[in-house]
Amino acid sequence: MTDAPMVLAERVSKNFGTNKVLRGISLEVDPGEVLCIVGPSGSGKSTFLRCINHLERVDGGRLSVDGQLVGYRQKGDKLYELKLKEAAFQRQEIGMVFQRFNLFPHLTAVENIILAPMRVKGISKAKATARAMELLERVGLGDKGDAYPAHLSGGQQQRVAIARALAMDPKLMLFDEPTSALDPELVGEVLDVMKELAKSGMTMIVVTHEMGFAREVADTLVFMDEGVVVEAGPPREILGNPQHDRTKAFLSKVL
Amino acid sequence: MSEPESDRMIEAEPGKTGEPGRTPRAGRGRHDDDAPPEEIVAIPLRHPWRNVVAVLLVLGLAVFVLDAAQRADYGWPDVGKYIFDRRISQAAWVTLWLTIYSMIGAIVIGLLLAIMRLSANPVLKSIAWLYIWIFRGTPVYVQLVFWGIVSLIYPVFTLGIPFMEPWVTIPNEIFTNLFITAVIGLALNEAAYMSEIVRAGLLSVDQGQEEASTALAMSWGQTMRYVVVPQAMKIIIPPTGNEVISMLKTTSLVAAIPLSIDLYGVSRGISAVTFTPVPLLIVASLWYLLFTSILMVGQHYIEKRFSRGTGRVQTGKEPATPGPAPTAVPGEPAPPISTDFGGKG
Repeated sequence: MTDAPMVLAERVSKNFGTNKVLRGISLEVDPGEVLCIVGPSGSGKSTFLRCINHLERVDGGRLSVDGQLVGYRQKGDKLYELKLKEAAFQRQEIGMVFQRFNLFPHLTAVENIILAPMRVKGISKAKATARAMELLERVGLGDKGDAYPAHLSGGQQQRVAIARALAMDPKLMLFDEPTSALDPELVGEVLDVMKELAKSGMTMIVVTHEMGFAREVADTLVFMDEGVVVEAGPPREILGNPQHDRTKAFLSKVL
Repeated sequence: MSEPESDRMIEAEPGKTGEPGRTPRAGRGRHDDDAPPEEIVAIPLRHPWRNVVAVLLVLGLAVFVLDAAQRADYGWPDVGKYIFDRRISQAAWVTLWLTIYSMIGAIVIGLLLAIMRLSANPVLKSIAWLYIWIFRGTPVYVQLVFWGIVSLIYPVFTLGIPFMEPWVTIPNEIFTNLFITAVIGLALNEAAYMSEIVRAGLLSVDQGQEEASTALAMSWGQTMRYVVVPQAMKIIIPPTGNEVISMLKTTSLVAAIPLSIDLYGVSRGISAVTFTPVPLLIVASLWYLLFTSILMVGQHYIEKRFSRGTGRVQTGKEPATPGPAPTAVPGEPAPPISTDFGGKG
């Protein structure tokens, strides 16, 4: 582990047409750190997350993961957009979990997990399957390997999705509101898996509305609104003693 | 005239089978009662007109069949004579192969066009749009006539720099072979329809699927092959089956090229000699019916198979009768299919 940050964002901006979604986000995530991002909807949290693995292109500022510029290559003082293959290569190290799970419905849980390791990394089916079973065991679904997503509950689907992301052995995991689409009684099982993952030392960026999870697990809590970081710091300070009016207004609604 | 009936219905009185003294009205509010609710015994509503219409139709049909059976113009003995004629069965074989080759060509070109229309490149997009506009906007009969005379417009193929002496000159032997011309003509026309079916299928796959696949570092090609296309097949295959049935019948139009070795062409050829057009039309129709019936049975199982499983509803956009009326008009978004996997256990 080096001292260099895993994620370094310097005045990152992103526009959709004339709509400025991100207006200069600067933050650092150290290896092993868990960063939670909260904020009202439309504040740009998800967009920022999607910029980190280049699902969205950054329009301004600098964003790098593990010392590598995301989506661009710098040569001299010029920036070149990465080829699709190079961008895909960068994504290998970044796992992502979506709000709507996005499991592949035509594949079983195990097939969902082994697809990318086999096709992208060229790992043999036997090896990939063994690893998939290990990961399913880890998320508490050792007996669901042959189940199709439609036959799993939302919480189980999201845990398979986490296992699928972990199968690529990422250095960084991104969670985009992973529990927002779940029935309330299923939220806990997903958060438990995420807590275990955080304890194991994974670097995580979590966009969430689960303040309890943020308080307990996050090393840093970031409050975003209207495309800027309004406030950032240890969760107990932000949640217990918010400095900014907008933070106070938001927290008074959700807590 | 329905008055006596409605009177009788009201008369249907309770207590005939149920416990005595308990009317349905009296039992309504009593939730603590363990006894099952009393069964309704009523005389069902009669539909006299339905029966009248049915009888008339059956009578009319019977009259028509009896009349046709003895009418000399139908030439039933000739139908029997030619139905298993070698020339006819060989022509039926030609029709089958025309259908198969044309559909294969149409699916390949259609897939290409669909991908072009979904590409980000505006030139590819416009070319595909233009192609579909032309080939869906003109009658297939007219197109076939055109392909029939294209060898007159382009007697030779040349390769070289325009307006200079060509390097290579090949005689146009593609469009002088009428069977190949027919396959090309049918395939090019059908491709325009297939592309819309394929496009609707590709668009039906939730955007999140592509995103998840991309986030797993899979390339566009891998995403298509392993994630998008397998899911799109559910939407693509049922209407494609309909297109096959439709194509089988459309092959009769190759007479426009003119190709006359298919089922309809050969039937006409025979009747031109024997002066018995009606029995040979019946013979050809029976063969077409045999093929379409087999395909329809297959289609039934395909649709059954592809509508089960995930509990998702089909688009319901397939035309009820087989025919080239597929899913979307150019520029109109394909029907969105819900891929809501936010399931309950």
